[in-house]
Amino acid sequence: MPITINGAEHDLDVDPRTSLLDFLRTGCGLTGTKKGCDHGQCGACTVLLNGQRINSCLTLAVMHDGDSVTTIEGLGTPDAPHPLQAAFVRHDGYQCGYCTPGQICSAKAMLDEVAAGWTSFVSDDVAGAPKLSEEEIRERMSGNVCRCGAYSNIVAAIAEVAEAQA
Amino acid sequence: MKPFDYQRAHGLGDAGQLLVAEGAKPIAGGTNLLDLMKLEVETPTALVDVNRLPLGGITPHGEGLHIGALVSNSACAADPRIRGQYPVLARAILAGATFQLRNKATTGGNLCQRTRCYYFYDLSQSCNKREPGTGCAAIGGFNRIHAILGASDACIATYPGDMAVALSALDATVEIHGAKGDKRMVPVRDFHRLPGDTPERDNVLEPGDVITGVVLPAPPGGTQLYRKVRDRASYAFALVSVAAVVHLEEGVIASARLAFGGLAHKPWHDPRVEALLEGQAPSDALFDEAAALLLDTARGQGSNDFKIPLTRRTLKAVLREATGGTL
Ligand SMILES: Cc1cc2nc3c(=O)[nH]c(=O)nc-3n(C[C@H](O)[C@H](O)[C@H](O)COP(=O)(O)OP(=O)(O)OC[C@H]3O[C@@H](n4cnc5c(N)ncnc54)[C@H](O)[C@@H]3O)c2cc1C
Ligand code: SF4
Ligand code: FES
Ligand code: FES
Repeated sequence: MPITINGAEHDLDVDPRTSLLDFLRTGCGLTGTKKGCDHGQCGACTVLLNGQRINSCLTLAVMHDGDSVTTIEGLGTPDAPHPLQAAFVRHDGYQCGYCTPGQICSAKAMLDEVAAGWTSFVSDDVAGAPKLSEEEIRERMSGNVCRCGAYSNIVAAIAEVAEAQA
Repeated sequence: MKPFDYQRAHGLGDAGQLLVAEGAKPIAGGTNLLDLMKLEVETPTALVDVNRLPLGGITPHGEGLHIGALVSNSACAADPRIRGQYPVLARAILAGATFQLRNKATTGGNLCQRTRCYYFYDLSQSCNKREPGTGCAAIGGFNRIHAILGASDACIATYPGDMAVALSALDATVEIHGAKGDKRMVPVRDFHRLPGDTPERDNVLEPGDVITGVVLPAPPGGTQLYRKVRDRASYAFALVSVAAVVHLEEGVIASARLAFGGLAHKPWHDPRVEALLEGQAPSDALFDEAAALLLDTARGQGSNDFKIPLTRRTLKAVLREATGGTL
């Protein structure tokens, strides 16, 4: 079975050692997803796998036939940006931009997790309904490191979209 | 990464057969195994993908729950039964790694993440765990994150996981399917090993074994806490962690179940400490006594000496909070 990436089917005829990240970038020409550490430590490679955020560097492409992947290219386009993409531009949520595709994919899934009622380590009541505060956004986005330190503006951009959705 | 054969297991029997072969390893979320394979610290010749086996779902089991080996850490921590009745487990899982990693990390894979240290990752350094008989660069080296309890002259690494610490406090059981089709139940407290002179073995699994799930006993109630002390507030391994399930009845500690992360080659559980606390009224003097007993054989390696007072203070803070005192 093929893998579906941003709605298009691709054959998985690759060396089994190929990470999903390398497959996206070199096999499919989707270079929006970035490679930072290649070891699950930075989040630059974050994509949505069947709607959930994962580190695409720590999984093998061959394990994903039949799965559906969304990358930053599938979230929005320059003409029709995703609300998060627009908010990152408005709030200057980046400097060099290298971590940004991962930040935005991560934030998209994060808002879905909150909507689904998932709590985090900083939630007062692990069994209760989550409330998205700045502290919560920072904890929930800690898997996306920004070497330029654009965190304040990243949090502001995400908070704005979260409020608009609420 | 070294080349390997990629195989997908289509049934448990099939998985067991594929996994008895020399050099074969199961892969679930891949977040620990692939990290190590990229560095050629792990060099399996065959990877058996267990992800399509029917090992998902959290189901009632006696008075407790059965968590399938493929249940992701995220799904487990988000389950209303886990959050409501086993909050120490939900909190421990949420204290580990990140949302991205927990979406892929599985219950079985998390239990089996390698006990390790930074020298284990560095092929230029001697490491008895990676290459038995070569020595241990951490002894006499930089050993800030290393063990203060249960270490040996062969290895002083710590088990880095959070989830298993809560499972140890809860006295959960690991369900294992053997290569011959047999089923074994091993208490989490006996699943991981101390290093002794065979540090290359982290746990009691044998070739061909597949973890099929974890069984939680009946919900224990009480006050359940997971406190993790680390170098930064998020996305870091524990220097010290404490999982606690404490019952207070009429001003007396009726029971205290405690397990510790970051101290040893396995989640640390000391029944003597639990026995000392039981039947006693909470007090700072009692908590000091409990910490002294927990640490009576503790030994620092130099850079990790600070873990001894840190463990004492962390345990006392947890016991104070669990018994209604202030922090
Ligand atoms: C940057 C980073 C930070 C992290 N921080 C933390 C942290 O703070 N706390 C924490 O607890 N963890 C942390 N982790 C570790 C993470 O939790 C583990 O990598 C993860 O839980 C492993 O699960 P997996 O399913 O991906 O395992 P895999 O990588 O697929 O497998 C791990 C091991 O388990 C074996 N295995 C897998 N499934 C089975 C099975 N069913 N039966 C028998 N053997 C099996 C594999 O052969 C392998 O040896 C971190 C990881 C990274 C990369
Ligand atoms: S402590 Fe254990 S894992 Fe670390 S270098 Fe020594 S033998 Fe290897
Ligand atoms: S490139 Fe995947 S987490 Fe850094
Ligand atoms: S904008 Fe440069 S790394 Fe985040």
